[in-house]
Amino acid sequence: MLDPLSWGARLASALVYPRTLDDFVGLVAPLRSRRAHHAEVVLVRRETYDTVTLVLRPGPHFPAHRAGQHTALTLEIDGVRRTRVFSIASAEPRAGERHRTIELTIRARPSGLVTPRLTGRDARALREGDIVELGAPRGDFVLGTPVPDRLLLVSGGSGITPVMAMLRTLVARRHRGEVVFLTWAKSPRDTLFRAELDAIAKAAPLTCPGLRIAVVHGPMSEGDLAARVPDLASWEVFACGPSGMLDVVRADLRKHGDLTKLHTEQFSAPTRPPAPEGEGGEVTFARSGKTAEGRGPILPMAEGAGLRPKHGCRIGICHTCVCRKVSGTTRDTATGALSTDGDVDIRICTSEPVGPVVVDL
Amino acid sequence: MTHTTLSPSELESFGAEIDALLTRTKADLGERDTRYIRRVVRVQRGLEAAGRALLFASGFSPLFPVVWALGTGALAASKILENMEIGHNVLHGQYDFTNDPTLSSQTYEWDIVCPSEQWRHSHNVLHHTYTNVRGVDHDLGYRMLRVDPSQPWTPLALLQPLSTLVLGLLFQWGVAAHDIDMPKYLFRPSERTEEQREKVRELFAKAKKQLRKDYVLFPLLAGPFALHVLAGNLVANVVRNVWSFLVIFCGHFPEGTETFPPEALDGETRGGFYLRQLRGSANFEGSWLLHVASGHLSHQIEHHMFPDVPAHRYPEMAREVRAICGKYGVAYNSSSLSSQVWSVAKKIVRLAFPSAGGDATPTAA
Ligand code: FES
Repeated sequence: MLDPLSWGARLASALVYPRTLDDFVGLVAPLRSRRAHHAEVVLVRRETYDTVTLVLRPGPHFPAHRAGQHTALTLEIDGVRRTRVFSIASAEPRAGERHRTIELTIRARPSGLVTPRLTGRDARALREGDIVELGAPRGDFVLGTPVPDRLLLVSGGSGITPVMAMLRTLVARRHRGEVVFLTWAKSPRDTLFRAELDAIAKAAPLTCPGLRIAVVHGPMSEGDLAARVPDLASWEVFACGPSGMLDVVRADLRKHGDLTKLHTEQFSAPTRPPAPEGEGGEVTFARSGKTAEGRGPILPMAEGAGLRPKHGCRIGICHTCVCRKVSGTTRDTATGALSTDGDVDIRICTSEPVGPVVVDL
Repeated sequence: MTHTTLSPSELESFGAEIDALLTRTKADLGERDTRYIRRVVRVQRGLEAAGRALLFASGFSPLFPVVWALGTGALAASKILENMEIGHNVLHGQYDFTNDPTLSSQTYEWDIVCPSEQWRHSHNVLHHTYTNVRGVDHDLGYRMLRVDPSQPWTPLALLQPLSTLVLGLLFQWGVAAHDIDMPKYLFRPSERTEEQREKVRELFAKAKKQLRKDYVLFPLLAGPFALHVLAGNLVANVVRNVWSFLVIFCGHFPEGTETFPPEALDGETRGGFYLRQLRGSANFEGSWLLHVASGHLSHQIEHHMFPDVPAHRYPEMAREVRAICGKYGVAYNSSSLSSQVWSVAKKIVRLAFPSAGGDATPTAA
């Protein structure tokens, strides 16, 4: 069989070897790259004093997301690529349609490396026209089909983003069922999408007659859900917020509702400050399922646990022992530099754990 | 007066000063380095595309020799940049800090017949860890040349002025054969290991693709001008070979570079490691362009002290290394490119003959 297109592609790949076609495509038209999804930043909009909305236009191969899913955003900060996961806040496209843009609304985590550089008055990490990398949308925190008759969307803080995507989707579809949207925020000035929520609520009688929206300020406490939603057990609940809040939701549903109808998404991993000097830690070797505990470089720890990782010099110069750190903090024994990101390569012969660490070995 | 040994306490503080420079530089790595390497990558891709296009066009052009020479030059320059400033340095992990998969030491494949994986073993592990240690660092003469008086003389050495020239022309093949220990593989088939066989298979697979694009596909695409393209590609490859050969030979073989007995490794401290790298390496001086074209291996001393620091930082680090060496009174071997080339050439010719005082010059210490 002679498929000219695939023959053309094979010839082109052979001509550019050992580069790939993508190495060239990526230079001139990054959005068309096949190696990874990219998106152009079309708008950077300040949402509140510590949040920002990025409107992104992904390339043609980017799969449509479902409301409630998240994506991994990779951008370069001070020359280092950093990846963080954010919920997509914009409505999902109609079946068979492709979206032109997606939106991420991001709140600064004060101890973070990435988010403070995106938000605030003088954020300079991203500007309109920049290209970022995006992971394919993932997650099963999504509305089923058909959408349940009685839908309760609960959120706290920046946990509002995935349920906002659901709300926006339902409004765009002029959904006819009953929907209650409850969101908790610290204060009015911390409330995300305030104007839009008002507008949606005002138009609801015409667009989604069964929709009710309430913004509550202050912390959520037990009994709040039952007080606001009658007959709690008859609602399918989607909740996203900090872990303390999700505990309250669970407690309420246990008492007054139906826990099997609860879907949750926890929006941010708790941040852990680096442990004090030379503390050591527990290393989990994800692939082999083994663990080791101690101080000093990870390579001997792995060997002590019966693993045989690739290595060469054992003094940090050859990069043979490089492997993927899934999560946790490590310290470079030569320079003392800390590595706090997940999903990065480290040299295990000169990296020691600082607290719990997971490596792909 | 300079000397090459330091007392243990001097050695320790010498090591600490070099370590401090390393720590300071690593802490400063960031946007400047990422921007630099991306720019080099863009220039290299541009040169490659331009070179290939000009070679195609040369057949149609009335100015054939000029266009052909320009195309060949651009292609040679692109191959040199790719091998030296991008490939070699990326494979050292100099840009691993960026987390960019296209600049990762673990996955980058460079444009030369030697598979990256094999190179990382013979070069990063053996050569950089055991630099100039006799019997362990096979870069000392590449298993075929006598580059140190302590290596035993055999009549074969008489041929080495000639074989060095041949090695220079075919340098990428020498590099490719290196990790496999090709002479042994060829002449002692009974001792072949499965690992060696696997490496030979990988090498063949890669060599096939390299040869196919430069000597079959690109020429065929040029139709009636196939020979122009083929000749341009061949010359570009040879130019790259000779240039990288010169750079590498000037790094460890000029007069004044030392070799070490295996015992040198016993209980070697960090300071000792740095000092051995210093004593076994040599720099050459020149313009900015020369440094870039050499992948900054013009700063072989700094490269051996800091193999995974982005190489474009070496010139600024060299000023400090030099000052530290001055302070401790240890020699810092640096000279112009031409004088280092001359120095290597003389040594290769001289060592082609048995050493004057027998071969009793520094063997084991
Ligand atoms: S074993 Fe060489 S860098 Fe870790």
